[in-house]
Amino acid sequence: MSQLEAFLAAGRRVQHHRPWPRAVVDPAAWVKGVEGLADGRWTLVNLWAQADRVHMALYEAAAAKAGVVSLDCIDGGFPSVGRGHPPAIRLERAIQDLFGLCADGLHDTRPWLDHGLWGQRRPLAGGGDPAPAQDYGFLPCEGEGLHQVAVGPVHAGIIEPGHFRFTANGETVVRLEERLGYLHKGIDRLMAGAGLERGAQLAGRTSGDSTVAYAWAFAQAAEAALGVQVPERALWLRAVMAELERLANHLGDIGAVCNDAAFAIIHAHTAVLRERVLRAADACFGHRLMRDRIVPGGVSCDLDAAGETRLRNLIGGLRVAMPGIIHLFDDTPSLKDRTVSTGRLTPKLAARFGAGGFVGRASGRDFDTRRDIAYAPYDGLAFEVPVVRSGDVNARVWIRIQEVEQGLSLLEQCLAHLRPGPLRAEVTPVGAPTEGLGMVEGFRGDVFAWLALDAEGRVDRCHLRDPSWFQWPLLEAVIEDNIIADFPLCNKSFNCSYSGHDL
Amino acid sequence: MNKFLLEGIFRRPLTEAAPTPEDSALEELARAVAGAGRRRLGRSLSIREVDAGSCNGCELEINALSNAYYDLERFGLRFVASPRHADVLLVTGPVTTNMAEALKRVYDATPDPKWVVAAGDCALDGGCFAGSYAVVGGVSQVVPVDLHIPGCPPTPTDLLKGLLALLDQPAGRPAA
Ligand code: SF4
Repeated sequence: MSQLEAFLAAGRRVQHHRPWPRAVVDPAAWVKGVEGLADGRWTLVNLWAQADRVHMALYEAAAAKAGVVSLDCIDGGFPSVGRGHPPAIRLERAIQDLFGLCADGLHDTRPWLDHGLWGQRRPLAGGGDPAPAQDYGFLPCEGEGLHQVAVGPVHAGIIEPGHFRFTANGETVVRLEERLGYLHKGIDRLMAGAGLERGAQLAGRTSGDSTVAYAWAFAQAAEAALGVQVPERALWLRAVMAELERLANHLGDIGAVCNDAAFAIIHAHTAVLRERVLRAADACFGHRLMRDRIVPGGVSCDLDAAGETRLRNLIGGLRVAMPGIIHLFDDTPSLKDRTVSTGRLTPKLAARFGAGGFVGRASGRDFDTRRDIAYAPYDGLAFEVPVVRSGDVNARVWIRIQEVEQGLSLLEQCLAHLRPGPLRAEVTPVGAPTEGLGMVEGFRGDVFAWLALDAEGRVDRCHLRDPSWFQWPLLEAVIEDNIIADFPLCNKSFNCSYSGHDL
Repeated sequence: MNKFLLEGIFRRPLTEAAPTPEDSALEELARAVAGAGRRRLGRSLSIREVDAGSCNGCELEINALSNAYYDLERFGLRFVASPRHADVLLVTGPVTTNMAEALKRVYDATPDPKWVVAAGDCALDGGCFAGSYAVVGGVSQVVPVDLHIPGCPPTPTDLLKGLLALLDQPAGRPAA
């Protein structure tokens, strides 16, 4: 029995939670859990709340085991996780904003998502009078010759809004502090009471670039809660869509990073490749981003013979095009000069924050949901998870390049497995409250979905956690001692989601 | 690198023919865009994109307008970094309460004459986020909108049609 399993076994097991075990513990055990996070035994996968309780999802890498511990809040509070384990700080600040539950002992109690403009406080706990508007107190930074540069929320490029406060000494960044929450749309509350169909729509609109991953994670959670068996063909088609989404995003990112290093030619070429992927997606599934194509129970569209041929041609075309681009990336000293050793993330920090996706894998964190908490159909596919340790911008591009290659092979395998069959299983309420959990490897990292359904199968509580929650804080760390002019490069190499984070 | 460039010279361009602007969009614009500003601007518009709460899907497709297939700049349309250089604000998303003020400020910072194009279903009325405590509603709740391009997200072709409509005001309309 792994340490995590033993820890969960000491609590009260919740029977209607699937597929990870969930156990209710007392405050003392909760604190023990936090200690396990702080000493690196476990990785924090998520921390979220319901009206009067908090949950944290833990992962033990050594045993590849995951589970959820829950604590009923007494007097509207719970022992802070962030106090002993910093990756939880922003999650706790968000919980305070949305539920009014207090993380006892947390040092940073500033609001996070709540900018004082909602017209109410604690929107998920029945609301309350709005807090009087206050200036946001950025962390002080003192020293000789320091100056501040404020950027955003509206940025110069066509990207999402967020605020960055740089403190610099000349050109060198001494501290970066992010302020997010501008895109908060209240998805958690819109979910409450929604039917599964609307829930899936909302999930697919949480972060537009990961619409497939979110829809899949949500569907997984619903299917786990209701014990639905998804038909084979639907699983393969889901993987086809997920890999297309990964390809499109990675291709876009590879070019965009080079573009931010003023090397536009790669950008021009990968943008064409990205467009080809999106057009193929449109031709095969009827939507360029494949939105609303994964639904609880299966998929809402099929792939015909013409579509299969189109995808095979796409794979062939990308295989021809990629080597030239890779060669150019690897063989241009002026580009390497910008990307190598820039924005270095240490393996220690990546592990501590449980950084997912290319951010983690470029800094030695050997984790991929598709392999380590494998879900169908990836448990039947052969692929490699590229990992390097150098942790710089160059490494994050390099991981993407290798994942493009892996993605092409995965697509091919999926196509080879396709057999005729039903596309969607019936999803029916089971007449009692149930809970389910889903986790899917999106292009950016692990997308986590947790669902509590009522007896009629409506959403009682849904929480979606973007991988960016654990990547944004690391961006603050890697920019230190770099020059401000390299920030766009570092930022693009992370490509965190604003909308997925802000919810 | 040289090989790359050489190939680029001899390859046929990928850029596709321009779509024709939607009739409905043209009509909408004929009402919205008066002649005076158009004469001054000629066939060239600078666009500032503002994400006022989008899920990022709309941004992806707006970005695609710059790829070789659509090549927005051949029409004299280009994206600029500052609202002070812009003729058109291209706004996406349900406007969140946390972005409403920023959007208003961007609008105020844009010199006259100016037009606002709202892109995406959310930008019309809040889309599937309408009614949330954290969402003000469509773009027109905060700044006046001249043209709306529907879609979730609108495809690059949809966007191009809408933007071209801004340039190709129907002939024969008296200048205001
Ligand atoms: S219209 Fe669709 S793609 Fe655009 S912001 Fe809204 S949900 Fe996202």
